[in-house]
Amino acid sequence: MTDTLLTYDDALAAYDPVLGLEVHVELNTASKMFCGCSTVFGAEPNTQVCPVCLGLPGAMPVVNGKGVESAIRIGLALNCQIAEWCRFARKNYFYPDMPKNFQTSQYDEPIAYDGWMDVEVDGETFRVEIERAHMEEDTGKSTHVGGATGRIHGADHSLVDYNRAGIPLIEIVTKPIRGAGARAPEVARAYVAQLRDLIVALGVSEARMDQGNLRADVNLSLSTKGSDVLGTRSETKNVNSFRSVERAVRFEVQRHAAILAGGGSIVQETRHWHEDTGITTSGREKSDAEDYRYFPEPDLVPVAPTRDWVEELRATLPENPTARRARLQQEWGFSDLEMRDTVGAGALGLVEETIAAGASPQAARKWWLSELSRRANDAGVDLVDLGVTPAQVAGVQALVDAGTVNDKLARQVFDGLLAGEGTPEEVVEKRGLAVVSDEGALSAAVDNAIAANPDVADKIRDGKVAAAGALIGAVMKEMRGQADAARVRELILEKLS
Amino acid sequence: MTDWTRSTAAELADALANGETTSVELTQAHLDRTAAVDGAVHAYLHVDAEGALAQAEASDARRAAGSPASRLDGVPIAVKDVLATQGLPTTCGSRILEGWIPPYDATVVDTLRRAGLPILGKTNMDEFAMGSSTEHSAYGPTHNPWDLDRIPGGSGGGSAAAVASYQAPLALGTDTGGSIRQPGAVTGTVGVKPTYGGVSRYGLVALANSLDQVGPVTRTVLDSALLHELVGGHDPRDSTSIDQPLPDLVAAAELGATGDMSGVRIGVVKELSGEGYQPGVLARFEESVELLVKAGAEVVEVSCPTFVHALATYYLILPAEASSNLAKFDAMRYGLRVYPDGVDAPSAEEVMRATRDKGFGDEVKRRIILGTYALSSGYYDAYYGQAQKVRTLISRDFEAAFAKADVLVSPTAPTTAFKLGEKLDDPLAMYLNDLATIPANLAGVPGISVPSGLADEDGLPAGFQVLAPALADDRVYRVGAALEKLLADQWGGPLLAQAPTLDGVAR
Repeated sequence: MTDTLLTYDDALAAYDPVLGLEVHVELNTASKMFCGCSTVFGAEPNTQVCPVCLGLPGAMPVVNGKGVESAIRIGLALNCQIAEWCRFARKNYFYPDMPKNFQTSQYDEPIAYDGWMDVEVDGETFRVEIERAHMEEDTGKSTHVGGATGRIHGADHSLVDYNRAGIPLIEIVTKPIRGAGARAPEVARAYVAQLRDLIVALGVSEARMDQGNLRADVNLSLSTKGSDVLGTRSETKNVNSFRSVERAVRFEVQRHAAILAGGGSIVQETRHWHEDTGITTSGREKSDAEDYRYFPEPDLVPVAPTRDWVEELRATLPENPTARRARLQQEWGFSDLEMRDTVGAGALGLVEETIAAGASPQAARKWWLSELSRRANDAGVDLVDLGVTPAQVAGVQALVDAGTVNDKLARQVFDGLLAGEGTPEEVVEKRGLAVVSDEGALSAAVDNAIAANPDVADKIRDGKVAAAGALIGAVMKEMRGQADAARVRELILEKLS
Repeated sequence: MTDWTRSTAAELADALANGETTSVELTQAHLDRTAAVDGAVHAYLHVDAEGALAQAEASDARRAAGSPASRLDGVPIAVKDVLATQGLPTTCGSRILEGWIPPYDATVVDTLRRAGLPILGKTNMDEFAMGSSTEHSAYGPTHNPWDLDRIPGGSGGGSAAAVASYQAPLALGTDTGGSIRQPGAVTGTVGVKPTYGGVSRYGLVALANSLDQVGPVTRTVLDSALLHELVGGHDPRDSTSIDQPLPDLVAAAELGATGDMSGVRIGVVKELSGEGYQPGVLARFEESVELLVKAGAEVVEVSCPTFVHALATYYLILPAEASSNLAKFDAMRYGLRVYPDGVDAPSAEEVMRATRDKGFGDEVKRRIILGTYALSSGYYDAYYGQAQKVRTLISRDFEAAFAKADVLVSPTAPTTAFKLGEKLDDPLAMYLNDLATIPANLAGVPGISVPSGLADEDGLPAGFQVLAPALADDRVYRVGAALEKLLADQWGGPLLAQAPTLDGVAR
């Protein structure tokens, strides 16, 4: 069944979107949240398990102190209060990938609560209020085999890998985000992107959305324009790129608006996001809201971080994002517009790392915001997931600066990098991309161009230096692009002076 | 030839140390006793003769080399089937765990192995420790050695009966609302529920995590102290275990055994006596108090008014925790798996449902339903939340009482052993067995049950309970040992000497 959509403009004319974002951050602790098992990604299924994370009868959890530390640092970075005393709670429900049939989580006593994060959208600051950040464990991972959809319905059997069961997660929940208006999709995207930057700066997670280290659930409801009454929400699960967060919000705004405008009512439900088609479809209905029968986990003692410890951790926090943006703009000498575009493209960290690897600020910005943004867009992925590293970009720029390649050839170097052909130097070598620095060949090509364009040559002799462009083009064509344009220009002017 | 099965664990330890016997000899003696009587008693669900003898041989080798692993090295022991034992079946008395062999040892089991105690087998119990008679075992009831037609108490009836029928000198039990102490009372043996957190729960298949505690089941107070000292202490794998040294329990038992009670204030709890208690049980209790007073103790009456709500509180907290604990038994990873009848290609959910339906007994289902209800949205505050508040009040009553008395005393159980089947259809009557033992679990304080004699009306054993403040487990040993000594002087030996010998009972 295809959903009817209202156009985005029509939807915004009648309704105010209200967002709520739940982001799960998988921590990069060496061991799981409640046992000593390894958390390394990609091991053979069910090799990183023990009686505790398999939930064997009699096994008992022990809290990972590093996990608590990371949770507190995330909470502090989000300007949250840190609980003086909090507990874990059991969230009870049956599912085969959950070994105990309850998830050890936190309920009404989260480790961090009442915070905020300032999000920058098109140069404007938007404050997102944080409801809470709490600790919990991940579930195992089910793979449904057989059937067309890869979902459980229609599958003929399922495989469960418990390596992921017990990996520490921090769930960060926003308060309802109102007042974003037409910018709701951008605000949602910017929030997730900047939250990721913060997590990376904290060093508490690999924060790779494509590997599921960072997973976003998007809640959306519409209120009638000017009304304070919240509409019924939908919860779109596992939206796993910044771009998809933006698209999912936009889609849900249009879908809700069409239903409401047609006199219908929204069903409170979870929805699945389809990356390929850019739509959401209905998951399970939550109308008779599930009862998780939360109660305090009796096998764990309360977590009571001392104020001294909290202050010690506060001292380890990275610079706050607003101050960091201001400092970087100053250091890099970017205009407001350049800075806004860099932030908007989710490239701030990438540009920073590229500069750290040796490129100039302008060169770093240029590559990430033009060539690489275009490629990411074509591939439908976020810039960070494109597959080119800041070190590689700096390496390509170094080749340009050395005159080994020009900008045009540099684009072909990126082709090679994305194809996994090695370092920038190796790509140049393998693909034979270096510009020709053989003066004899270049000189001959310049002579040919002059001979073929006598009228242009005359103009240059008469002092119309701008006409040299036409000859440069002819030389580059003969050299099949593998020449340094600046050197060609020099040669032309020498010969015609 | 000495019948080693009649010796206490302390005596066996001394005999081993003196070279009078070997671990193989006395392990074999206990295995022989089991072969002779357990067909009638059914204390064990699983006997591991081969494993026990291999451990006994290793123990003898250590002795011969002059390096025993502990004072109790070589003294065999029985383990309640609720404790995970690597390589040995662990069923918790339930069909749903039939055939499950744990890949790991509970911390206390690991401690036993390291200390060199051969593990004779796994003892019978009410399913998942839910019951006071061992009749809720999916594998059939255990019989009381004093009268095979009667219950041995529960849930740890198997451990108590094994010790009472000389099939083991020592056993481990677990006590959530009285499962060590009440079987002790009705079988004429000694049982201790340590301070909550005093003994590791890692590997104890939880009934109610906030109430459960592992403890010793023995024939003498000194033996309990020896075993308690061995398995007690901090375990980093159990977050609720207490990170401080145990008091000197053996010394306390030895002090008590002098029979001198001067300077000890004994509080008789008004609410744990009177109506509902069998006259013969009360008579033995009152005589015991008099004996202690004669030995120098000062007696005070204390009132703990909230104790009357203990049973109701317990039957909200326990089922709530249990309903969640038992969710893991879903046929997905281990244990029983039942496919629903007449369903082609059943879903995981259908298999879970069919397995839980077949695998759990009625009492377990009853408590899962109670607990699920008590935790449900809209009922949580009225039931689970309220019960937690009452629990706090019960702890306060204990604190106030312990300001007036060093220990509190009561009959352990309101009655002597009843007939098998007598209360099986009346859950409330069954629950009342734990009336006097439950408050200690709710407050986390330690308690002991020692035999107080035989009730006049039926000639069956009654128990005397001593409770102490949290961490003061030594007090229950001192008072328990004193009473044991004073009564033995009167009787001319231990109460168990009056039990039937069970000769020729084998089926």
